[in-house]
Amino acid sequence: MASHAIEVKNLYKIFGPNGKAYVDAVKKGLGKAELNEKHGHVLGLQDINISMPAGGVMVVMGLSGSGKSTLIRHINRLIDPTAGEVLYDGVDVCKMNENDLREFRRHKTAMVFQKFALLPHRTVIENTVYGLEIQGVAADASRKRAQGWIERVGLKGFENHYPNQLSGGMQQRVGLARALTNDADILLMDEAYSALDPLIRVDMQTVLLDLQKELKKTVVFITHDLDEALRLGDKIAILRDGKVVQQGTGQEIVLNPADDYITAFVKEVNRGRVIHVETIMHPLGAGPQGVPVAAGTALEGAARMMSAARSTTAHVVDANGKPVGALDLATIITAMVTPADHQQKAA
Amino acid sequence: MALCDVLPGFLCKFPAFDEASIRMARKTVDDGFKAIVRSYIDLIDAAVQPLQWFLNYLERLFVTSPWPIILILMLAIVYFGSRNIRITIGTAVSMLAIGLLGLWNDTMVTLAMVTVCTLIAIVIGIPIGIMMARSDRVQSFINPILDVMQTMPSFVYLIPVVMIFGIGKVPGLIAVVIYAVPPMIRLTNLGIRLVDKEVLEAADAFGSSGWQKLKNVQMPLALPTIMAGINQTIMMSLAMVVVASMVGVGGLGKNVLQAINNQFFTVGFLNGFALVAIAIIFDRTSQAYGRRLQKHSEVIHG
Repeated sequence: MASHAIEVKNLYKIFGPNGKAYVDAVKKGLGKAELNEKHGHVLGLQDINISMPAGGVMVVMGLSGSGKSTLIRHINRLIDPTAGEVLYDGVDVCKMNENDLREFRRHKTAMVFQKFALLPHRTVIENTVYGLEIQGVAADASRKRAQGWIERVGLKGFENHYPNQLSGGMQQRVGLARALTNDADILLMDEAYSALDPLIRVDMQTVLLDLQKELKKTVVFITHDLDEALRLGDKIAILRDGKVVQQGTGQEIVLNPADDYITAFVKEVNRGRVIHVETIMHPLGAGPQGVPVAAGTALEGAARMMSAARSTTAHVVDANGKPVGALDLATIITAMVTPADHQQKAA
Repeated sequence: MALCDVLPGFLCKFPAFDEASIRMARKTVDDGFKAIVRSYIDLIDAAVQPLQWFLNYLERLFVTSPWPIILILMLAIVYFGSRNIRITIGTAVSMLAIGLLGLWNDTMVTLAMVTVCTLIAIVIGIPIGIMMARSDRVQSFINPILDVMQTMPSFVYLIPVVMIFGIGKVPGLIAVVIYAVPPMIRLTNLGIRLVDKEVLEAADAFGSSGWQKLKNVQMPLALPTIMAGINQTIMMSLAMVVVASMVGVGGLGKNVLQAINNQFFTVGFLNGFALVAIAIIFDRTSQAYGRRLQKHSEVIHG
């Protein structure tokens, strides 16, 4: 069962009793502030077009109020759109009837929540089987599957604890196990790690990346943290005031921020972990020199290999081991520090 | 000089309708009501007959069983409900005192009455509470009715109850249920409405149907509040049992009523204390049971 991509097309959400009436006005350029002041409606999302890669991690990033949580709730239609489409495997989620939608939610999606949203009166294992239970899977079969995922997220021995007895990080592991037990194609993670301590957050990111390597689900991950977005995202979309300001790979966003807003964001980023060697390599001159570095390695990794080999030069090799470009330490250092014009723009 | 000397008369004495027309209106309503009751009397009797049977059966069971069996059963329920040895001992002591003072049979009658009333109040109250929680429209319709039920002096609605059902145990029972059901309804509604929105959203996101959401999320999470409602309903039934003795309910309430009529100070207080004892037993047991149900929320990760 291969995962499918999710296509969000021309999505609008206007909160208020009569949102539909203002879609056309918004399309013609009615602003968020004006809509709120004159008509008492809140513009949640406007003209969202995102193609979320099948089997990849799509990160939607934005600050609070940017509409990112609203956007993710459109994918399993916890929120109904005012206009637009959300296509999964050719079907518009927004047009499903109640029954189809319930089946879609049961079998195709699973969600992890910022505040965990576990059932406090159920133990870890009872929480984990929840999705299967409402699908009507037999109790012993679902327990067996749940047990496997509980062990995968590192909660072995805690099956019969109540959520209240666990720390935040452990509770979110339960949330993740609950979602994974559902074995759905789409994994929706709504600021799943935002409530966790920084160290535990990095830990949980690693858990997700490791799992994703073998699961290849279509993950939609919401965050307000750019470092998290860059670490996890195969593709990143940045949202501001309900609009997509920029979308692309992490590298594209860091190297070519679309406007001052994003420039200010990426200023503090550790570029050495985002930019890949093939982005800055120059043509091979007199044949490969120094240490070989695989394409797709981040600059930090390349620099580490070069200093370990006490070499100031290196060459990039592709997947077949064929040299494709040359590198030297000076180029790497230049690329790793934030360009001066970005610094000024952001200041 | 009083102000009324200079003012026109209708400003000083409230201009009421004249007595003849009020009397007419009153008579029409009363007669109409009686006529309706008279024409449906068989139907009404048939409808409440099961209540009569149930109540009689339980009362006979409580009164005719040997007292040690009842006492042991009661202590077992109290102990396994509360898992608290102090409440159990307190129950034993007060029930023995009640027996020694010759109030055992009357207490059993009252106990049967309160048990039936509470069960009926739960059976009626929880579904209504759920309906209220699901729809704001239903809530705004039922809330004023509950307000009237709770503020109307209890003696007043004894009148239509007696007019419809006559004198006896069942009318008393209905009066008690009317009096005791509002907290059950209100607290069920409140409990469901207070359920964490995030958890409900999670239930939705996993594709729960309405019934699954109610069964797996809303009812379990509302349970502490619903238990408080049951507790309140029991307490109010016990209070109303005394008033209901005016329409023919036996037991401790009847003794209190007789004591009032004859100024039997000691009898009145002894029966009153017996009611208090039962109330405390019910209250402590149901609260301890409710807390035990919430064990999962006590251990907070530090």
